[in-house]
Amino acid sequence: MAKTIEEINERIKKGEAVVVTAEEMTEIVRSDGAGAAAKKVDVVTTGTFGPMCSSAAYFNVGHSKPRIKIGGGTVLLNGVEAYAGLAAVDVFIGATALPPSDPRNAVHPGEFAYGGGHVIEDLVAGKDLRLSVRTYGTDCYPRKELDTYISLADLNEAVLFNPRNAYQNYNCAVNLSDETIYTYMGVLKAGLGNANYCSAGALSPLLNDPLYRTTGIGTRIFLGGGVGYVAWHGTQHAPGVKRGENGTPLAPSGTLALIGDLKGMKPGWLVGSSFLGYGSTLTVGVGIPIPVLDEEVAAWTGVGEDELFTQVVDYSDSYPNLVPGSLGQVSYAELRSGTVEIRGRKVPTGSLSSIPKAREIASTLKSWIESGDFLLTEPVAGLPCADSGHEFRMLNERVASV
Amino acid sequence: MNATSRRVVLHFPRDLVGRSIVCRLVKEHDLEFNILRANVTPREEGLMVIELSGSPDDLDSGIAFLERTGVKTQPLTHDVKRDEERCTQCGACVVMCPSGALLKEADGSVVFDGESCIACELCVKACPPRAIEVHFPGLYEDVWPGNGDNGREK
Repeated sequence: MAKTIEEINERIKKGEAVVVTAEEMTEIVRSDGAGAAAKKVDVVTTGTFGPMCSSAAYFNVGHSKPRIKIGGGTVLLNGVEAYAGLAAVDVFIGATALPPSDPRNAVHPGEFAYGGGHVIEDLVAGKDLRLSVRTYGTDCYPRKELDTYISLADLNEAVLFNPRNAYQNYNCAVNLSDETIYTYMGVLKAGLGNANYCSAGALSPLLNDPLYRTTGIGTRIFLGGGVGYVAWHGTQHAPGVKRGENGTPLAPSGTLALIGDLKGMKPGWLVGSSFLGYGSTLTVGVGIPIPVLDEEVAAWTGVGEDELFTQVVDYSDSYPNLVPGSLGQVSYAELRSGTVEIRGRKVPTGSLSSIPKAREIASTLKSWIESGDFLLTEPVAGLPCADSGHEFRMLNERVASV
Repeated sequence: MNATSRRVVLHFPRDLVGRSIVCRLVKEHDLEFNILRANVTPREEGLMVIELSGSPDDLDSGIAFLERTGVKTQPLTHDVKRDEERCTQCGACVVMCPSGALLKEADGSVVFDGESCIACELCVKACPPRAIEVHFPGLYEDVWPGNGDNGREK
């Protein structure tokens, strides 16, 4: 007796839908079984709050008098390099962009205190940002310089567009070398000093919909504190990765490209972040609702952290040098316990993804749905699935001579 | 009476930097000490982060002696601050902390126990949203009479 999204939405409109978070669903499935859970529960909400480097925003600032053509020139937002390759007054800024003068790793490890991610956070917080443009003039856009303050309310469209978010699983990073290394997985202490991981685990959106059955293009989601949508599969989407019996991938797998109205978002859910020795980025809050269509979906959303696994990877040598292989498989339950065994040693674990915030997102999405304000959507197209042949390939370097 | 420990930040004015004061805490006040950090600032004042151990009475008399002598004291917790609004509870700091001052609760949230902090500052740069700050007044700010707030706790 399968349910449809349409039926579930009817129940949502009437205020009758039974909505639980992914953690609550794990309890229900374990005690009542997936079959009973599928009958009882209509929607499972998921959440994640972690650093997502392929995040960005684009917006339209409106025309100056006389007009200026930002596209093809150079543009800075609070000193951070933004992208000037769109139409006249369309500006694009990425989370990892930096000020031209930022020393980066000239004195290693660099601080990366203020970058694109921080600009996006400041924009959402309603602050005034300095927009500086230097460009060539044209007959129709004669102006060559512009220095003005803008804020979110001044902008026409302001869109969060993230080419890769919500990674389905991620590595557990360690450092086998003799010196501390500074990576996007945080500071990794020498000699297996710590094992850092980054996943919302049982709350993670795609770990609750491992084969992308209910999540697809057009799925309505919680994004940055407001409403967003799945726009596409994300970059590096790798559905064909090896999976466990419960369908969940054992290594980094699917990704999502997400889009939403920046004006509806909140600064606490889009946080500019600095990774020592690595760069600036944006920590993004994402929550995806999963319609419990049948027992299969219920079983997937009922998977607990002792059944979710990832690979331990050395980031001192194997990762930078594209050496394949893993130092072992660990479960998220083990990682959460605070220590994990690697090469016979007890290694302290470090988390990068916030479970309290992920939990808050799942709860918030649950209350949006329960209030009748948030209806689920039927995807208009699916994501490349596990047997689609869609792969994440390494670069085939074809050296171009100078 | 049980021994307890207190971590304090000491400011030595210029005229006291050259005198041996800390050893009198041992000889006259029966305290043990562990120096966690010591600097002479560009203005030739002394900044010391020190852990003192002894009976509560001896700790009180030792601190009183320091203050009588002209050394300003302040609990360490006043200098290490976590901005609870900015903290995203990710946990990146917890594994960096060598003294167990940053801990993860069962629900995943991060707690800061100022009493265990040794002000090593390893957490400061490991924190992605930069929610932790360590400021020692006197190092970069003017803290002498008439200026600023020492935040002294009695």
